This record gives sequence, C-alpha cells and structure tokens, in this order.
Amino acid sequence: MTISVAMTVNGKSVSGKVEARTLLVQFLREHLGMTGTHVGCDTSQCGACVVHVDGQSVKSCTMLAVQAEGAKVTTIEGLAPSADKLHPMQEAFRDNHALQCGFCTPGMVMSAIDMVKRHNYQLDEATVRRELEGNLCRCTGYHNIVKAILAAAPAMKSAGV
Amino acid sequence: MYDFAYHRPKSVADAVALLKGKEEARPMSGGMTLIPTLKQRLAKPSDVVDLGGVKELAGIKVEGGNVVIGAMTKHGDVATSADVKAHIPALADLAGHIGDPQVRNRGTIGGSVANADPAADYPAAVVALNATVTTNTGKHAADGFFKGLFETALGEGEIITSISFPKPEKAAYMKFPNPASRYAMVGVFVAKTASGVRVAVTGAGPSVFRVKAMEEALSKNFSSDAIKDIKVPATDLNSDIHGSAEYRAHLVGVMARRAVDKANK
Repeated sequence: MTISVAMTVNGKSVSGKVEARTLLVQFLREHLGMTGTHVGCDTSQCGACVVHVDGQSVKSCTMLAVQAEGAKVTTIEGLAPSADKLHPMQEAFRDNHALQCGFCTPGMVMSAIDMVKRHNYQLDEATVRRELEGNLCRCTGYHNIVKAILAAAPAMKSAGV
Repeated sequence: MYDFAYHRPKSVADAVALLKGKEEARPMSGGMTLIPTLKQRLAKPSDVVDLGGVKELAGIKVEGGNVVIGAMTKHGDVATSADVKAHIPALADLAGHIGDPQVRNRGTIGGSVANADPAADYPAAVVALNATVTTNTGKHAADGFFKGLFETALGEGEIITSISFPKPEKAAYMKFPNPASRYAMVGVFVAKTASGVRVAVTGAGPSVFRVKAMEEALSKNFSSDAIKDIKVPATDLNSDIHGSAEYRAHLVGVMARRAVDKANK
C-alpha cells in the first residue's frame, strides 16, 4: 500500500510516497538521503536510530514513517545552528572525546538532549547512566559519553537550547 | 516486514468499524511490540489500524478513589504524572522502569495490557491493584482478564479504552529486569487494598498470577518476615536461556519480600 506522507524534518516541510511498512528511519535515510541517523541493531535495543518526534526521543527503527505524519522530526543533522557552530551537546561530545568509532554517536546525542531537557538541565552521573539504558556503545566508551552529557547540561541551559 | 493496508482513525468507533469483518486486521497502539513482530515476519496482518490518532484514548484523570488511565497513555506520561505519583506512586515507579526512555515515549498502557506479554510489567499492577479494564464493549475485572500466554479476555474487535486503578493503602513493585531487554525476569506487585492484600507475579510464568499463600500471610502481618518461608513451586514456571524455573521461583520470594519492604517505607 503506497501512502503519501508529509512531516517537518529539521524545520523543513518534506513529503514523499512510502509503503505502509516503510520505517521512519528508512524514510529519513533512503527517501530523504539523511544518513546521519544510523541503524545498528534494527531491534529497538541499541538506540543508534534515535531521533526526536515532536520533541521526544524515539527509536526511528521502531516507528512507521506514516506514524510521523504531520509531526516535527529532528535528526542529528538538524542540531547545529550553523555550518561553523555545533549544538552544545555535540560540542561537549567533541571536547570530552565522547566517541570512539562514532557509530552510536548520533543516537547518543539525540537521547542525551532529550534527557537533559526532561531533567530540567540538572543531572548527576547515576541519572545519566540509567537514562542511557536505551543506547548501546559497542566500543564500551560510556565513560566519556557520561562526562560529555554532564558537561553539556549547563552549556545547553546557558545557550537556551 | 510484509506490507499491509494502513489506517489512522480519529475515534474508537471508526477504529472498531475498520477492524470489523477483517480477520487479519490488527490494532496498533504504540507499536513497541507489534512493529518488531512485523519486522521479523512473525505476523502478517492485512490491515493495521493505528490508534495513535484517537485523541479520546489518551490521558489520566482521578475519579473518586480511582486513577483512570486512557489506553493510549504512554509509559513516560504515567511515570511522570503528578496524579499517578500522588495517588499510586508504585504505578508511576513501575511505568518508569519499563524498557528505556525511548520505548517509554512510544509504548502505551493499553497496548501492554492487551498484548499480555508474560514478562510485561503492567499486568502485575492490573491484577495486584484489582483494576478494571474498560473497553468499547464493556468492563473486565482484573481477575480473569489475563487468560494465558499473550491471551486475554478481549474479544474480536474489542479495544481497551481505559484502565481504572483503585487507590491502594500501600503498594510497591519490584522487578529483577533482564539486563538486556529490561523485561521482567520476575516482577512482583504487592498491594494492600480495601479488599485485602494482593500479590501478583509477572515474568515468572506464562501469564501473570497471584500468590494466595503470600496474600493470606500478609493480610495477617504486612511485613516481609511474614512471607519469608513461603516458597512458590517451580512447576509450570518459565525456563529459558536467562534463567531456570527454579531460579525464577526463588526470585518470586526475593522480589515479593523486597516489594513489601518498599511498600512499608
């Protein structure tokens, strides 16, 4: 069954014709060519595919594109305010060397931003570690990821994002 | 995934009409179980009726001594609801430990209860709190709603609309989560209610069940000491790569005692 779908991705209106079974992540990667969102496990465990739908982090491998009809979707490509300035969370990941191979990074960053906002910019290490339960780093590089998120929380608050 | 016809009704009545007469049609709430099932080609529905557009199904309200939760209310919303936290903190705590934050942002209480996964958390709360499951056709009492492995009292085309939880005097839920999936290896919900003490176990057997011996002991003395010698037989409990039936039987006792201690805090 082919269906027309329209949504806002990173502030731009997009539309396309998809099959009912097309996943949101497939729509982003294969229809829109936005390959920043990764597919790791494809079984909603690893979190490499995390994007924001209407401000909430979701696993885009476990959501149909048609379920995002009319929604506001933000991907890793939509975070940086300009070509030469990163989002505070991206900046903190860079400053703290919070990535090794980088495969899990887009999902980590998207989950981390949602986490910081849900906790009203106030996090401690235990909370960050528990909140990361939906994201796996195959390099086991969690230590610096946690450090980056703790550093990004006040940075996001002062940047007003 | 096999392809299917997709529908997004705006009301329960439209959803029921879309499901009617189509034997292979499936309703979808958050899709946290259905989509993975479809991806593995374990199901081949002709039609998927997405309840995500049915606004009347989401929301939490307090009615008298009950907290009534709409079927499409997400786990994350139950976990953070001021009403749920004020009246049944054990239920908010349970919701906040389902899956991970991303799953809690999509998965719904109605979907979890209708699916009746043997390791799901919510069935333990429904049974222990003696909740009432309301559907488009009527009401179901908690006892008797869960019939077995992925099997409930819901009929063809019957959709859960809300679940009403009576406010308990004391309650707590403890689970031993599978370290990978966060599903309950064993989860025990203990509630001291106006109609007595109820102890419901999920994850251990093919379906949620009550432990009458613990309920009787706790009715006389609501302390973990009162149930320390009560053993649950391993017969008919689940055995898999994560744990044997005997291990799960042991965990039932441990989680029950911890739940009682937590409820008494």
